[in-house]
Amino acid sequence: MAVDEVEERLDRAFTALGDPVRRALVARLSRGDATVNELAEPFAITKQAVSRHIHVLETAGLITRSRDAQRRPCHLDAAALEELTSWIDTYRLEVERNYRRLDAVLETMREQEK
Amino acid sequence: MNETTITAQPGTPFIEVVREFDAPRERVFRAWTDPDLVPQWLGPRGMTMKLFEYDASPGGCYRYVHADDRGEHGFHGVFHNVVPGELIVQTFEYEGAPNQVSLETMTFEDLSGDRTRVHGRTVYTTVEGRDAMVASGMEHGLRDSMDRLDEVLAR
Repeated sequence: MAVDEVEERLDRAFTALGDPVRRALVARLSRGDATVNELAEPFAITKQAVSRHIHVLETAGLITRSRDAQRRPCHLDAAALEELTSWIDTYRLEVERNYRRLDAVLETMREQEK
Repeated sequence: MNETTITAQPGTPFIEVVREFDAPRERVFRAWTDPDLVPQWLGPRGMTMKLFEYDASPGGCYRYVHADDRGEHGFHGVFHNVVPGELIVQTFEYEGAPNQVSLETMTFEDLSGDRTRVHGRTVYTTVEGRDAMVASGMEHGLRDSMDRLDEVLAR
């Protein structure tokens, strides 16, 4: 069902972001496309390790890599990140519903205290 | 407009929720701790809340069940500390995920014009535990949407 698909995709995305190196890679790519070499530069880990992190982000659908260009720069998928934001928005909606009811309870209490 | 601010950074086990209310601090605190008032607002839409115990005092326990025709979801915990009008520190456990106990700290702050700001911080034992909790909120949201769609389609 569609709900499960969304959840699986979100699981992958959040697992992918549950690592400081991968979050740093996403932060770097939010400023613009970059090659694996460019991405690997600031890290004290091997280029192979960075490649593996990029592969995880790619599998999670957070970044894409152009197939044709020789440099194959990595590109951050803004829509995938927006989906993570909307995941929080739905939780926010749920919490907000509670608090709207609490607003009503507080209003009733005010009237009773008069 | 009282907007709810939620902060849940990816890869961390924390959730922070901040919300303001058009009521003085004492009243907000009472709505949060009075066992007659809590079931009137806490829990997902369309679910009834059965309160079995709700002793909001230091060392007091609580247990409640949210239910609809699809099933029941139990929650329980202990109030670690309660300072009237100011602070609630409590544990929280969803009985569907036993021993995944989170710790919640709520502070109540006076604002001008008889308004109150409630600041909630929750720390889960794992990042996965936090994500699962937030995802269950999404599930309910989606479920509500599906239900509304059913209503529209049935017309």
